[in-house]
Amino acid sequence: MQTAFEVGVFDNGAHRVVLTHDPEAPEVIRLEGIHKTYSMGDVEVHALRGVTLNIKEGEFVAIMGTSGSGKSTTMNIIGCLDSPTRGSYALDGEDVSTLSKDERADIRLRKLGFVFQGFNLLSRTSALENVELPMLYAGIEPAERHRRATEALHAVGLAGREQNHPNQLSGGQQQRVAIARALVNDPKLILADEPTGALDSRTSVEVMDIFQRLNRERGITLVLVTHEPDIAAYADRVVVFRDGRIQKDYRVNAPRDAAEELKNLPAVDEDEE
Amino acid sequence: MNVLAIIRIAFRALARNKSRAALTMLGIIIGVSAVIIMVSIGQGASATVQSQIASMGTNLLFVSAGAQNFGGVRGGAGDSSTSSPLTVEDLEAIRREVPSVAMVSPVVSSRAQLVAGNQNWSTQVQGVSEQFTDIRKWAVASGSFFTDSDVRTAARVVVIGQTIADNMFPGQDAVGQTLRVSNMPFRVVGVMARKGQDPQGRDQDDAAFAPYTSVQKKLLGNTRVQVAYVSAVSAEATYTAQTQIAELLRQRHKLGQGAADDFTVRNMSDVAEAANETNSTMTVLLGCIAGVSLLVGGIGIMNIMLVSVTERTREIGIRMAIGARSSAVRTQFLIESIVLSLTGGATGIVLGVVASVTVPLLLGWPTLVSTASIVGSVLFSAAVGIFFGYYPARKAAGLDPIDALRYE
Ligand SMILES: Nc1ncnc2c1ncn2[C@@H]1O[C@H](COP(=O)(O)OP(=O)(O)O)[C@@H](O)[C@H]1O
Ligand SMILES: [Mg+2]
Repeated sequence: MQTAFEVGVFDNGAHRVVLTHDPEAPEVIRLEGIHKTYSMGDVEVHALRGVTLNIKEGEFVAIMGTSGSGKSTTMNIIGCLDSPTRGSYALDGEDVSTLSKDERADIRLRKLGFVFQGFNLLSRTSALENVELPMLYAGIEPAERHRRATEALHAVGLAGREQNHPNQLSGGQQQRVAIARALVNDPKLILADEPTGALDSRTSVEVMDIFQRLNRERGITLVLVTHEPDIAAYADRVVVFRDGRIQKDYRVNAPRDAAEELKNLPAVDEDEE
Repeated sequence: MNVLAIIRIAFRALARNKSRAALTMLGIIIGVSAVIIMVSIGQGASATVQSQIASMGTNLLFVSAGAQNFGGVRGGAGDSSTSSPLTVEDLEAIRREVPSVAMVSPVVSSRAQLVAGNQNWSTQVQGVSEQFTDIRKWAVASGSFFTDSDVRTAARVVVIGQTIADNMFPGQDAVGQTLRVSNMPFRVVGVMARKGQDPQGRDQDDAAFAPYTSVQKKLLGNTRVQVAYVSAVSAEATYTAQTQIAELLRQRHKLGQGAADDFTVRNMSDVAEAANETNSTMTVLLGCIAGVSLLVGGIGIMNIMLVSVTERTREIGIRMAIGARSSAVRTQFLIESIVLSLTGGATGIVLGVVASVTVPLLLGWPTLVSTASIVGSVLFSAAVGIFFGYYPARKAAGLDPIDALRYE
């Protein structure tokens, strides 16, 4: 696992290393007075009741809160999968709260990467092809797709697993394929909704290690939903939701360091299948 | 997203459910191969008819007793009680008085039993004039045809086809032999050249020709004429001949103004038209059957595509979340259904062509595979794929990514 990460293998030379607490850094996410109301027949469900949240480039933010507090709804809006009922949202300086379905798809393609709790890989499709998928929609040439996907899989420690199908990979490996897929189009922002929810504790640390490296070494902004305080402790900022509002928003003084912890954890077999 | 990549995805998706894809394509396969086979049989038949008609000579006219009715050339034949018969004198008059007419031969026929030694054969004996061979451009292979004096004297002479010669006089020269026709001895004076099958598959060499006078007197016992072959002086003269014959016959039959013809004069293009008409009616009918099976095939495709969209809701959600536009998802499913229908169509074309090549060997029917039916089948199956794939593809494209991702 120690060889999992190699600085400098990334494409574009895109090492946007930004100081984590740089007050001058540009805002990637600017949510203002966001409301989201679902109407189910006569009943109106107020999932979000005025959320204002700014996240700067290079931040690693964990979103916490009880079930039904509006975490996923917020993530869907940030991820341009959904539009707010009211309020404004600027992503990377661009107002995206009123975009069409196609325009939102383009934003997701170019600027965002998603990591889900259930991995959401295409079944019966190799790891390599799963990672190539976003580039397919971006119209990137086959040779270039292949090269970048292979690199991304190397970067998450899956060299040699390119041809494996999801059912031939462990949960942790599947999640790493999903991370490789999320970062292959060189996104501004990676959104992860309970990415460790389906993983055991050691594998969770490994996944958090990858996230921390992406954040620190490539300056990718990360927003991660979790209900585990242990996981939130790897972030440098925590936002707590309650009843569709932000209840708390604080900085973590000394975030956990996944790489350090992995060194101290007893070694496991290289093949964890 | 490039189309080639989408086509690859489509093939892969279909390959995952090979037997389902194959069953889905069955309707299209059957429909397309039916179209190819039907059209090639129809084309084969009409090509044979056309070449047969051309070989009979473009100068040829048919005159028959009775008004024109459905059923083509044979109209009016034999039913002389309701129509005034065509007489030998009428035909003589046509030969003498119509300048554009070169040759005339009545055709009277009678089914008769032929006996020679211990050989027995039942056939249609045709009474014709000595000009028959020239009119029909049918040569005599050995011996000679009977003469005009044989016709005048109603001589008991007969010219037989190859099939009869082979069966009645195996291994011998038929010319000069005696053949009992309905118990009357006839002398064989000639054997006709081999002609083979007609478009309906009948053996044209199973025929015997005698002077029409002999057939009338000795076999039929009457002097009626049902049909006559008339040859015009040239191909260009056939239309003139047709009208002149009609005028003459109306005059001879004393038909007043407004009275309908009690005879029919037809040229070869009329005959060809009648043959084509029967053919095209067949083609339309079979085309309808094929169309219905293509429609059923199309509905099958739509059904499977709808199932596929539902099964792959999560996949659609993933693709959309990653950044696929609705149009890319729609194109993917549309191409999948086009690939289904075109693969079915291609299989159908292969089967149809193979069957079209096999049919002549097995059944002896001539076939002619037409390029138009192949091109048409390709276009039609693509159209079926687009038409029946559009609704499922639109359904896939209209999915909401969040709902689709949550779908279990
Ligand atoms: N599509 C929807 N239709 C109706 N209600 C919804 C929908 N999505 C979420 N909700 C409701 O909105 C609230 C917030 O949901 P969610 O953002 O998923 O919470 P969390 O992710 O924090 O558990 C919940 O009460 C949930 O029932
Ligand atoms: Mg949730």
